[in-house]
Amino acid sequence: MHAATLSPEIVKSTKLSKLYGGKAVVNELDLTIDSGCFCGILGPNGAGKTTTLRMLVGHCPIDSGELSILGLPMPDNASLVRESVGVVPQMDNLDADFTVEENLYVYGRFFGISSIVLKERTKELLEFASLEEKAKCKISELSGGMRRRLTLARALINKPKLLILDEPTTGLDPQARQAIWQKLRELKKQGLTLILTTHYMEEAERLCDRVIVMDHGEVMADAAPKKLIKNEVESHVLEVHAATEELLEQLRCDGSIARFEKSGDIYFFYGEKLSHALEVLEESSHDDYLFRPANLEDVFIKFTGRDLRE
Amino acid sequence: MSKLARVMLFLTRSKSIWSRNIRVWSKLAGPSLLGNFGEPVLYLLVLGYGLGQFVGEVEGLTYMAFLASGVACTSAVNAASFEGMYSAYTRMDVQQTWLGMLATPINVGEVVFGEILWAATKSLISVSAILIVSMLLGLIADAWAIFILPVAFITGLCFASLALLVTSSAKSYDFFLYYTTLFITPMVLLSGVFFPIDTLPNAVQWLTKILPLYHAISLVRPLMTGGEVSSVFLHLFVLAAFGTTAAMLATFRIKKRLIK
Repeated sequence: MHAATLSPEIVKSTKLSKLYGGKAVVNELDLTIDSGCFCGILGPNGAGKTTTLRMLVGHCPIDSGELSILGLPMPDNASLVRESVGVVPQMDNLDADFTVEENLYVYGRFFGISSIVLKERTKELLEFASLEEKAKCKISELSGGMRRRLTLARALINKPKLLILDEPTTGLDPQARQAIWQKLRELKKQGLTLILTTHYMEEAERLCDRVIVMDHGEVMADAAPKKLIKNEVESHVLEVHAATEELLEQLRCDGSIARFEKSGDIYFFYGEKLSHALEVLEESSHDDYLFRPANLEDVFIKFTGRDLRE
Repeated sequence: MSKLARVMLFLTRSKSIWSRNIRVWSKLAGPSLLGNFGEPVLYLLVLGYGLGQFVGEVEGLTYMAFLASGVACTSAVNAASFEGMYSAYTRMDVQQTWLGMLATPINVGEVVFGEILWAATKSLISVSAILIVSMLLGLIADAWAIFILPVAFITGLCFASLALLVTSSAKSYDFFLYYTTLFITPMVLLSGVFFPIDTLPNAVQWLTKILPLYHAISLVRPLMTGGEVSSVFLHLFVLAAFGTTAAMLATFRIKKRLIK
């Protein structure tokens, strides 16, 4: 056996950098992910999430810094590392020329897994992905959710130690998304290490035991989601829509307001109780507001700003 | 890992790409084979009979017998080129099949070599069909013709590599028209498929002799018609040189394109 099985650090990078046209997309990234962790990476478009994931499997040359996966230095051991890694890519690349079942079988053959083992494993994975009845179907006959579940099943064909998921639920309806979540939780229970990128804060909050907020190729925040919410932002948020200047003046008098932001015609007041502001609102005729506990999105916005990213 | 083990691993992985492609092909083998048989039959009968009436004998052969070896080589070129361009591009860019393969232990070089092996296999299938048709038409002189098959495979390897090199720079399917119009078609017209090249001006003859198709025909024609095969190593060398160079360049460029 190689060192892969012994190391508790599944991912370890030091000053890992990637430049495109002189601009650092990943900038001196120091990252350690331990075995069994379900790690979510959040960040706006262009933050360097996908590039980081691509480096993990040797799909992107490293410009400087060091990276080892499962204890093996990259990119020299890319091929060996990929034997023990599963990848769910952002863009579906299921094999349209094959049936559901064949997709798993042919993919398994790329790992050099024997036909006999694959027959058994294909059956198990179809069951895991709730696709037994679709085994003989063409890919074009599958719904978006089924395709993603098949892509997930395909990523497990080599019994990986690390599963990398790049926006696995983007574009899915809530039912399909919940189904994927449930499968991912099962995998986590089995002790698999998972790394996921997502634009859905709720997804990261519910699934991950560690969340990394990335922007401009750097780590902006890194902790358990509950801890991030507790430590990085105030406990409550008051969102007031389309308020008059006069009303805003009154609201601002609340001494418990710690922070105040404006985005379009929405005003965000951050604070612990905000009781004065709430009273003002109740007395006024203005009913277009929302008072809620802070969530991961507030943390995200705090670190990455409200500006649009294209 | 020893050198031999590395080579074996490379070949095993390339073979898994080849297996994937033959699995797809086998699903549509019927129409595909119909094309493999139908087209040469048409060419041989229509051109052989029709044009043959006017042409008479060429290099001591009936025109149809002369043409058969040319058609066989052209089909090896076309089969490998189509697979290496349109099909390979679909898997590289449109369907992102290669990117899926590269998430397994397979590397770019193995994908490229697997695709080359498969495209050459298509040449082999296509030339086999032509040999069967030629045999039924009585155009095959003797059993030496069996050696046409390895030559067809090597020709396929050569043109598959060239096609993949073209594919490595392609931005869309339209790009392939440059290669077919500016390279493949003139080469087919000038390399002795339809008439012996000694009717051409000297300069054009020399140009033709630099191109790989001429060398494939130089081997296949005598093998098919019972003539004497000469300069075997020279002909094989030219095919191999084009193929190896193109395969290495194609791998380098595709790697740059996908691993970025």
